[in-house]
Amino acid sequence: MATETMVKPVTEYEVVIGLEIHAELLTDAKVWCGCSTKFGAEPNTQVCPVCMGLPGTLPVLNREAVAYAIKAGLALNCSIAPEARFDRKHYFYPDLPKAYQITQNDHPLCRRGYVEFELGGETRRVGIHHIHLEEEAGKLMHAGDRLMEAEYSLIDYNRAGIPLIEIVTEPDIRSPEEARVFLENLKSILEYTRVSDCRMEQGSLRVDANISLRPKGSTKFGNKAEIKNLNSFRAVQRALEYEVRRQTEILQRGEEVAAETRHWDETKGVTVAMRTKDEEDDYRYSPEPDIPPFEVDPAWVERLRAQLPELPREKQQRFVEQYELPAYDAGVLTADAKVADFFEACVAAYGKPKIVSNWLMGEFLRLLREDGAEVQDVPLTPEGLAELLTLVDRGVISGSIGKEVFEDMFRTGKSAAAIVKERGLEQISDEGELAAVVDQVIAENEDAAAKVRAGEMKTIGFLVGQVMQKTRGKANPKLVNELLRARLVQE
Amino acid sequence: MELHDLTVRELRQRLAAKEVSSAEVTEHVLRRIEQLDPHVGAYLTVTADQALAAAKAADEARARGEAVHPLAGVPGGLKDNIVTEGVRTTAGSRVLENWTPPYDATVVRRLKDAGVPVLGKTNMDEFAMGSSTETSAFKKTRNPWDAGRAPGGSSGGSAAAVAAGMGYWALGSDTGGSIRQPAAFCGVVGMKPTYGLVSRFGLIAMASSLDQIGPFTRDVADAAELLNVIAGHDPKDSTSAPGRAPDFTAALKAEAKGLRIGLPKEYFTEGISAEVQAAVRQAAAELERAGATVEEVSLPHAEYALGAYYMIVSAESSSNLGRYDGVRYGRREAGADVPAMMTATRALLGSEVKRRIVLGTFVRGKERLPEYYMRAARVRTLLRRDFEQAFEKVDVLLTPVTPTTAFPLGRRVRSQMEAYAADICTVAVNLAGLPALSMPCGVGADGLPIGLQFIGPAFGDAQVLQAAYTYEQLAWPEGAGRAWRAGKEVDVDGH
Repeated sequence: MATETMVKPVTEYEVVIGLEIHAELLTDAKVWCGCSTKFGAEPNTQVCPVCMGLPGTLPVLNREAVAYAIKAGLALNCSIAPEARFDRKHYFYPDLPKAYQITQNDHPLCRRGYVEFELGGETRRVGIHHIHLEEEAGKLMHAGDRLMEAEYSLIDYNRAGIPLIEIVTEPDIRSPEEARVFLENLKSILEYTRVSDCRMEQGSLRVDANISLRPKGSTKFGNKAEIKNLNSFRAVQRALEYEVRRQTEILQRGEEVAAETRHWDETKGVTVAMRTKDEEDDYRYSPEPDIPPFEVDPAWVERLRAQLPELPREKQQRFVEQYELPAYDAGVLTADAKVADFFEACVAAYGKPKIVSNWLMGEFLRLLREDGAEVQDVPLTPEGLAELLTLVDRGVISGSIGKEVFEDMFRTGKSAAAIVKERGLEQISDEGELAAVVDQVIAENEDAAAKVRAGEMKTIGFLVGQVMQKTRGKANPKLVNELLRARLVQE
Repeated sequence: MELHDLTVRELRQRLAAKEVSSAEVTEHVLRRIEQLDPHVGAYLTVTADQALAAAKAADEARARGEAVHPLAGVPGGLKDNIVTEGVRTTAGSRVLENWTPPYDATVVRRLKDAGVPVLGKTNMDEFAMGSSTETSAFKKTRNPWDAGRAPGGSSGGSAAAVAAGMGYWALGSDTGGSIRQPAAFCGVVGMKPTYGLVSRFGLIAMASSLDQIGPFTRDVADAAELLNVIAGHDPKDSTSAPGRAPDFTAALKAEAKGLRIGLPKEYFTEGISAEVQAAVRQAAAELERAGATVEEVSLPHAEYALGAYYMIVSAESSSNLGRYDGVRYGRREAGADVPAMMTATRALLGSEVKRRIVLGTFVRGKERLPEYYMRAARVRTLLRRDFEQAFEKVDVLLTPVTPTTAFPLGRRVRSQMEAYAADICTVAVNLAGLPALSMPCGVGADGLPIGLQFIGPAFGDAQVLQAAYTYEQLAWPEGAGRAWRAGKEVDVDGH
């Protein structure tokens, strides 16, 4: 007993994370007017008196935006409210045309859902507290770094009034890594349902993270910090990892974590205090009198449910069963619906799912990442890939040359045969032609040849490599191997 | 009868008979505005060229024998919180003194489509906050029948214009009596339609759940004519009622028999002057003699209406007025940074507007919203129920409009509450969203008109018009808006 009291145990903490995700909806028109939502137009060309908040204008709810929000709710296993109500959230900021944002405070469209995903061989479930529909503000561009110090600022109201959903999770996330994996799964679902394009770099997906620590076993929440300015899922994980360290140190010192909003500094890799919770504005929410409560017809919800596509986890399961892929492969291929569709088209054209999977998970995804491209922008077709793989199968080109050809096809869309011909990449399978090179290599590498003759077979690979080098990779490796063995190994 | 004193329907007959052209009439009224308005101050902006162009277009259409709208070529004015494309719209405020809207309000579009010439924009209390038109940032409007008295407000300019023959009709807006009270003070007919009957798209909002556009005219039938143009569903206003509006002129039958009239006892209290109460009871007696039944009814929650009204009106208007920050339109005052610029710009607002913004911002506070705003919303439900119960027994309610005849300009009130208390007979109608019409029913000891209010159930606008028309045919067959004054001239002495 005495020894136990002598060692003061270091408290172990449980990490508690909840996320707030804003996703722009992919509707053609804004949420209160008919203006286009297309990204990248000239500033202030997609505006009208309504989305500029001119005196006398009134909002009219775009049903399509409600439908998209409901679809998101259904895909995230939420129950849908029988009635949608809107509120005004008030604050003064130049990008907010009406000095209030129309949002849903007390009566969100969707409640109580969840996302399930795999993490560390375990199935995790993160609850969705609610999803509500609201509007975007405009976009400020400062002549200088920040609003308060800028000489002047310009405002683009094209974004003002684009429909937005805010997804608020339960505080169910237990690690920074889990936060990132959850977000990846959420993004897949939103993309699958075509509710949002989830482009963080264009701002169509934004994440704020709430994090607190508590002693393991405790059921009471600790003071939380809200982290803002998270520009990628990677940043979410890094910022949360930083917060875990920072908050652990504070608690270990016996101090209290401040309840505050913190800003993630990507370059320094730290979070910085912005304001405490006491300083936070009262948004003075009040009911929106210009939009009557919107009744949600249950039959309409069922029609929207029927329109939902196969979701990522269902598709992953099907890939494992139908294509006999490892769960890992199926997971990678189904993360992006467009990659999954491409995979299925390739298998339809070529067969051999595992081979296709290897090529897509390797070369295809690598090149997508490198080029920052989207599947639909890549000129390579499933038929093209099938042709390439057939050339490899027939031994017309080697596998390694195949990768080179693949890269060319990926970027130019030319046919495999054309590239092979153009660049003279056919595999050399002519015994006479190769025998001459093999003999030359043996002559130039007497030591290695002697080792092989003495039975050290692993050295044969070196000699094969020399032949491949001399033929710039075009030699048929199987034939080279045979020729070397015939000359150096006594049968 | 002077040309400018005709009713809309009389003028229409002359236009149809080609006794006079719309261009002549419009020129005549514009001349009258030029001569008289320096004394009255009804208009903030006169759009003579546009009005004449519309008048000529209407004349040409008539000359070609086309089927023109009944109101084609009949000129009138618009309260300056009704948005007009290309014509400065100020809402009586310094912050919008240079704002030229890029669009038309739905009611303006409908008037233009009907070939109606618009003479200009009329003066009003700043952002419709007031009951004398004195909070206008630009000028005073005088009561046409006594230049020392207020025309009422907030639609004082519209009421004065119609009373003084500077337009055959005018549109105003009514949030808590802003059409009915100035109509009573100036001795014309003013109607606040059921909430949702007339589109609010293009009405600069004060309190969105209460605001409603309505007409000022010289008789009840003209109010029905105007309502026929402006009423009906508008897809741009989600609070506008679905479906087509009925033909309100069809309801105009003088028939007292079978009409059940209620006198809500809570509207005949000590706060209402004896002569006003007597005049209203007199009107009820006349209708009774002609065959109507009159009974006393009760609206038990009436005493809570004023408090609930000022909570809701302040909360909603403070929210609606946040947008006047100098960023996108209107005047912008210089400031060292953005908050300073916004603050300086908002300092242009007048003291009544600021008072309501402060009160409204206070009651919308996180902890206070349930205690004030939500409680006011519950009072609203109770008031609506009171009215519904009353309308199970009667067709219309008959009440005073204001405690007294027009009060003096520059009157000093002992407290703001005293000024607000004068709205006692008008605000519950807005809280319940009901239709109500104000018209003259007598003359006070000071020679100024006394107003009478008809209140109907929601979407019983035709019912209200029918009852008011019946009374008018009994008491003022020449038109209530001019018969009461019997030869009285516009007071141009000034004070």
